[in-house]
This record gives sequence, C-alpha cells and structure tokens, in this order.
Amino acid sequence: MSSPVEKPRQFVMAGFKEPDKMLVAAKRMRETVKGEVETYTPYPMHGIDEALGLPKSIIPKMVGTGALFGVLGGYTLLYWCSVIAYPINVGGRPLHSAPAFIPITFECGVLLSALTAFFGVLAWMGYPRLYHPVFEAPGFRRASIDRFWISIEMAGDDPNALQAELKELGAEETDFVTEQLN
Amino acid sequence: MAEPARTIHPAIAPEPLIQGPDDDLSITDSLFAPVWKPTMKGWWMLFLPALAGTGMLFTAIAYTVWKGIGTWGNNIPIAWAFGIINFVWWIGIGHAGTLISAILLLFQQKWRTSINRFSEAMTLFAVMCAALYPVIHTGRPWFAAYWLFPYPSTLGIWPQFRSPLMWDVFAVSTYFTTSLLFWYLGLLPDLASLRDRSTGKLAQKLYGIFSLGWRGAGRHWRDYMSAYGLLAGVATPLVLSVHTIVSFDFATSQLPGWHTTIFPPYFVAGAVFSGFAMVVTLIVPAREFLGLKHVVTLRHLEAMNKIILATGWIVGYGYCVEIFNDWYSGSRFELGHLGVKMTGPYAPFFWFQMFCNVLVPQIFWFRKIRRSLVIMWIAALFVNIGMWLERFNIIVISLHRDFIPGSWSMYAPSIVDIALFTGTICFFGMNFLLFLRFVPSVAASEIKEMAHEMRHKANV
Repeated sequence: MSSPVEKPRQFVMAGFKEPDKMLVAAKRMRETVKGEVETYTPYPMHGIDEALGLPKSIIPKMVGTGALFGVLGGYTLLYWCSVIAYPINVGGRPLHSAPAFIPITFECGVLLSALTAFFGVLAWMGYPRLYHPVFEAPGFRRASIDRFWISIEMAGDDPNALQAELKELGAEETDFVTEQLN
Repeated sequence: MAEPARTIHPAIAPEPLIQGPDDDLSITDSLFAPVWKPTMKGWWMLFLPALAGTGMLFTAIAYTVWKGIGTWGNNIPIAWAFGIINFVWWIGIGHAGTLISAILLLFQQKWRTSINRFSEAMTLFAVMCAALYPVIHTGRPWFAAYWLFPYPSTLGIWPQFRSPLMWDVFAVSTYFTTSLLFWYLGLLPDLASLRDRSTGKLAQKLYGIFSLGWRGAGRHWRDYMSAYGLLAGVATPLVLSVHTIVSFDFATSQLPGWHTTIFPPYFVAGAVFSGFAMVVTLIVPAREFLGLKHVVTLRHLEAMNKIILATGWIVGYGYCVEIFNDWYSGSRFELGHLGVKMTGPYAPFFWFQMFCNVLVPQIFWFRKIRRSLVIMWIAALFVNIGMWLERFNIIVISLHRDFIPGSWSMYAPSIVDIALFTGTICFFGMNFLLFLRFVPSVAASEIKEMAHEMRHKANV
C-alpha cells in the first residue's frame, strides 16, 4: 500500500440488492480489472471466497501457534515454580507432579488460543480502523443491514466504464469515492 | 444445498425458526427495536431495585472487608458455606451460555442463533458474580492477585500449583476472558449495524467506536468466521474443564460426600442443567417484553426444556451413583454420611433438592407442558432453587458431620451472607437489564445469515 499521505486512494463502488448478482459481478470484476476487488455484506455468505478467489485463512495457524505457546509456557511455568524456584515437599510427593500440572497447562493453552484468536484476527484484519474510504459512499450505510456492496480500488481502470458495467450487472447504485485525508 | 428436496408431512415438519417477515431489513429493525425505543417504565421498575441491591452488595463487601470474614456464618467445621455454594451456583449458571454458543455452534444447531447472544451475556454476568466470592473470601481481596498469580516477587515465593484451588483461579479467569472475547467478537457486526442504523450523533459515534470500524469485507468475514469458530472450539473443552476443576475442589479431598469420582461429570451436567433453567427463567419474560417472539419461538423453548429434561436425568443418575458408592464403599463414615444426608437435620433440604431436580423436570415429557410458558417458567425456577440446594447440601451436609462427633456443628448464614447473595442476584439483574437496553439481545447478523441460507435452500 502506498503512503496515504501522498495520494488519497480512490474506489469505484457498487451496491446490489440481490446477493447473487453481487457475487457474479464481484467475480467478473476480479477477472477483468487491475485494482483489488472487495465485497461488503451484512453477514458471511457462501460464494464470497470463490468470487474473490481468496486463499484459506491464516487464523487457524495463528491460533495453533498460540495454543502451543500456551501449553508449553504453562507447563514450563509450573515445572519451574514447583521444582526449581520454590520446591516444597508435600508428604513426600514428587516435586514434578505431572498429573497435578495438567489442569493449569490446559487452561493456559486455552487462554493463549483465545487471546491469539481475538487479538490476532483483529490485528490481521486491521481493526480498529474507524475510517475507511468506502464509508464515503452514501448508500454504504446499508452494507451492514440489507445491501451487498463491491469496491474496486483504482489502479489504472476507467472509473466511468466500470460504473456503467456494474450498473449493467445489476447494481442498484454506483459511486466513485476518494479517501478524505484529515 | 444440493440435496434433493424431501417432502415432509406438514404435521411433523419442524416449525420455522423465524416467524413473520424474514427479509434483512425487517429482521434488523425488529431486533434492534428494543435498543431504539425510549426506556420503558417497566425497565426502570426492575432496574432501580436492582441498582439498590447492587448498592447493598457493595455495602456488604465493604463491611466484610472492614470487619473481616468473621461476619460470615461459616466457621470450623463448616469452613466453606455461602461463599463457595454461591460461587459454584453462579459458575454453573454461566455454563449454559457457553454451551449454547459454542457446543451447539459446533453441532450446527440452528436454533441456538436466537438465544446465543442472550445466554453469553448471562455467562459473563454470572461469572462476575461467581468470581466475587473467592476473592472476598481471601479476606484481603487487594492481596488476591499477589497470592494467586505467579509473578516474580522479592519474597521468592510461588503459588502451590498442586492445589485444586489454584486450578480454579486459572480456570475461572480463563473462562471469563474467553467468554468476554467470544461475546464481543460475536457482537462486532451488530455494533456496526447499530452504527449504520442510528440517527443520533452520539449513538453513531459510540457504536462506531465499539464496532472498531467494522465494514463486513469479504476478506474479513473469512478470517472472522475462522476466529469465531476456533473460539467456539476452544470454549467447548474449556466449559467442561471449568466445572470439572470446580468439582476437584471437593473430589480431591477425603471428606465423605466429597471424595468421589463421579463429581466431574455430575458437576458439568448439573451446571448445564441449572444454566438452561436460568436461560428459560430469563428469556420467557424477556421475549415477551422485548418483542422477540418471532425469533425466540416455542420451538426454541421446547428444545431448551428437552435439554433440561435430559441433563436432569444425568444429574439424577449422579445422585444414584453417589448413594451407591456410599453403600458400596462399606466405610462407616461414608454410610454415616448417607444416613445423615437422608435423615439428618438438613434432610428436608436433601429431599426438596430431589423433588426440584429429579421429579420436577419429568413434567417435560409432555409436549403440552414443554410449550406452556407459565409451567416451564415455574419449573425452571424450581430447578434453579434445586441446584442451589444441591450445592448447599454437598457442602454443608458433608462438613457439619465429619469424622469426630466432638466437632459436629450446625450452619446458618449470617445477615451479611444473605445480603451478599441477594446482592449478587441484583448485580446480575442490573447488568442484564443494561445489556437488554443497549445491545441487541439477539444476534441480528446471525439471524439474517440463517434466513439467507433458508431462502437459498427453498430456492434450490
């Protein structure tokens, strides 16, 4: 991404009433235009990943790593505290009492996975980000309610031709938006 | 779905999960209506007493901290009483929320969608109430973190990780954190819808900030759904582990009535049982007042009542195993415990517990009763009371007659105990009322997704 301070980003946007038409249009756009195509829907839908040609999400790997760190870190903490740092002989039981360490190890694994899933996914998606140029489109407020939107970032395509094509593909309204820098 | 359409006789076809118009706009508006409507008089009539009760809770906490935990009714030999009874009761109530939101999600039970947000909120507030007790019971709560969490101190002392009480600390704090994150992540799309639907500047700003700027991009939904599913995946074993660990507090001791291996599964089942009863208790009036009857239908309530019936049987089985083990052990102390439980000074509590938890749920064998709002509400109240009594009986009956007759005693809660318990109920109610007022209590985006999928299925 180029530095937004120098050059405001521009998008052609199209809002659809029917999700199926939007998916067809998104696919067509992705195959023909130079800029990045994105869809905006009020709820997750089958077909978006195929239309946009998205690879699999990275989140499972992220969370798996978190879980691994949680489990290893948890057990190490227990072992270090109970065996090395502060060994207490309780009725002659072994200092390294593995069965008694399992509950906390498990909880640490869950805690780290949950924290990674939540903060990881937000960071990966780039949230919090209260402003985004797509919000400039007047009808975009319904993208979280009952309309299905597409945005195409301008990278050398003709915005007017794109808007006409999107209208033809069934768009209810089309817009051309420019990022507001402060 | 590519499956061939099957014709189902209308008499046995399941009722629709959404009644009335199912287009995206009407669903959104009907579910957000309670948030936009001016505050109802009835809301204030519930909120003000709840607020007053919360004041009482904090007064009771302040008094306990000021005077010491001697203000509570528990004393040797009944060293644990209201503190842990209410802790276990509240935690158990919380479990239904996670069960509904996580386990039913993994099993793809569509009916959960209408009640998951609601029950997750219930979980959060219940866990808050639960966590208060052990923290106050430390006597000096400002030291609690210093005693409980492993951090490097100049004293060079570390917590005793072989103690189930330490396991509890990790289990409950992990549980609260995970439930909060799961709930908030699920809330994001709806907060964005609220932002886009609000007319006031302030509401728009606040919902905008809390939605973190969510815009529902396709790339984001992919990662979001993945994270949401994974959170459900880790929450599922978590909820089982939490009550298992809570039961270890008892099961790892050698006291008759506690020292038994049935405790973990029986505690988990009891938690789900009481949690579903609490969901029914809360949702029956809420759907009436908030106008949610079209998404929380009788079919949803019936499904919950079936779960109450099923888990009631697991709990009943647990009681039988306990009794069998007392007899089969041949230990005089175990047998003595059994006798005291059934005929001792607290026997009425035990028999009333049996009535509430074993007999009352049996009425749900009848479809008419499973669908009768008044009867299910009263039955759910009985289950709530019964499950509270179960914890009371496990703790107090086992402790008040232990091995040496010289140390036998009786227990009665003090006024501070009662104020604390009533206070947590009010605190829970207050949080819940605030939740109903400012956040859509049914996940609108998920309902719309379900409606979309159902329309698709119908068109194929």
